[in-house]
Amino acid sequence: MSTGTRTSRQWLLTLPSLTWLAVFFVIPAILVILTAFRPADLQGGVGPGWTMDTLHELNDPAYLPILWRTFSLSAATTLICLVLGLPVAFQMARAGQRLRQVLLLLVIIPFLSNFLIRIFAWKSLLHPEGPLTKLLISLQLIPENAVLLHHSGTVLLVLVYTQLPFAILPLYAAAEKFDMGLLDAARDLGAGPWRAFAKVFVPGVRRGLSSAAIMVFVCCLGQYVIPQMVGGASDEMLGSKIAQRVFSDRNLPHASALAGGLMLAVLVPMLIVVLWQQFGRKEES
Amino acid sequence: MKRSWLPGFITLCVILFLFAPLVVLVVNSFNASRFGGEWEGFTWMWYEKLWAAGEIWESLLITLKIAISASLAAMVLGTLAAYALHRFRSGLQNVHHMLITLPLVMPDILMGMSLLALFVLTGLETGLLTIWIAHVTFCLSFVTMVVLGRLQDFDFTLLDAARDLGATQAQAVKKVLLPLLLPGVLAGGLLAFTLSIDDYVITFFVSGPGTTTLPLRVASMMKTSRSLPMINALSTLLIASTFLVAVCSHRLQRRA
Repeated sequence: MSTGTRTSRQWLLTLPSLTWLAVFFVIPAILVILTAFRPADLQGGVGPGWTMDTLHELNDPAYLPILWRTFSLSAATTLICLVLGLPVAFQMARAGQRLRQVLLLLVIIPFLSNFLIRIFAWKSLLHPEGPLTKLLISLQLIPENAVLLHHSGTVLLVLVYTQLPFAILPLYAAAEKFDMGLLDAARDLGAGPWRAFAKVFVPGVRRGLSSAAIMVFVCCLGQYVIPQMVGGASDEMLGSKIAQRVFSDRNLPHASALAGGLMLAVLVPMLIVVLWQQFGRKEES
Repeated sequence: MKRSWLPGFITLCVILFLFAPLVVLVVNSFNASRFGGEWEGFTWMWYEKLWAAGEIWESLLITLKIAISASLAAMVLGTLAAYALHRFRSGLQNVHHMLITLPLVMPDILMGMSLLALFVLTGLETGLLTIWIAHVTFCLSFVTMVVLGRLQDFDFTLLDAARDLGATQAQAVKKVLLPLLLPGVLAGGLLAFTLSIDDYVITFFVSGPGTTTLPLRVASMMKTSRSLPMINALSTLLIASTFLVAVCSHRLQRRA
């Protein structure tokens, strides 16, 4: 095939998805950042002209605790998910073919189940009249009038619950390719099981670790449904503020400024990672 | 060598942790007690109430319309994208690859927010069309990734063999590549279908009056305690269908 037809074939195949993503992903992302510099109008849209007012309004110390909470909850969720996900991925990878498929299915089902339903399930479990509260009270593990819902611990618990499959799946994908014989070798050379796990298995799946960490951390950064449904008034995250600006205050520029900030915080490090990986791939080949 | 029991134990605990809330939900959908704190006898009552709630079935219809049309579009776009990514190595494909990957790591709220900004600024009325556009956008990357995984196992010399035996390029693609690729494309489509049915956050941003999808309906039902047991029943049906879809998709991806 001549290079000319090959190039045109490449463009023909690439153009549909490329155009779609340019129009409905790249342009909207740029629009969000631009909207932050537009004045708000009363109908919930944007007014004419440009302004820096929104950015000045954002310079408000009230946002600091929200930013800190968003960051620390996301970091804690990521850490817990990795610590729980690693042994699960390890167990799945070393299990026999049949058990492995069953375990995989067991992780995928909650992953595919409706997000709202999973939050709702916890909401009814932790409800003052719910089964878990009653059980814990009857075992005298918590006081009679304890409230399990609506505090930051609940938000963390449900975040971990919803994100855990997102951590396990990339970890498993990496663990599956890992040569388990290396662990036996390490054990033969005198390493204990912990040492073999920490020094051989964990470095062996580092790619899976980094994609799991990014997946979970970034997903958490944008959460607003979980703090809204199981958290208390003082558990708002950055996402809660964005949703509040859009739906209650009907202030699109303000919401855009917050979303734009979050977007830059997510995408810039991501771009660096992607470019670094592409650079690394060229080095290898 | 003796294997440690600890990873197996943690796995068991994690699986229990993942399923316990869902199991309680399913059990409570048959529980006569309103809050499900105690077992007050078996009942079909909540399912009967659910059956009689017409607005839920309307929402289901809207959800299915969007999910089917969005996953079909994402299947076509995603398959083309995966083929291009797999066959060509160029600067264009590097950019393409980046554009396909970024939506996977974009928090839902940001995707919803940026599409809303697009629709507000272009004056496009929010409704079925805007929800469809949003769903195709977030499904596209997932379908591409699934099909790409399938393509990596595909033996491209089969295409050359077909050409040597006198098939045209179009015939070779139609008779050799597509049939072998079909399970991957279908698995991607099923994933897109489930993602579309489940989506709440993005849909919430780009929906308009009269386009209350099932997750939006569930969210508004969650606010009134009267309908809580009905959500248990609805959730049970949804979990059962997710289970079926997961098993089907799993079979499709494994069939070599």
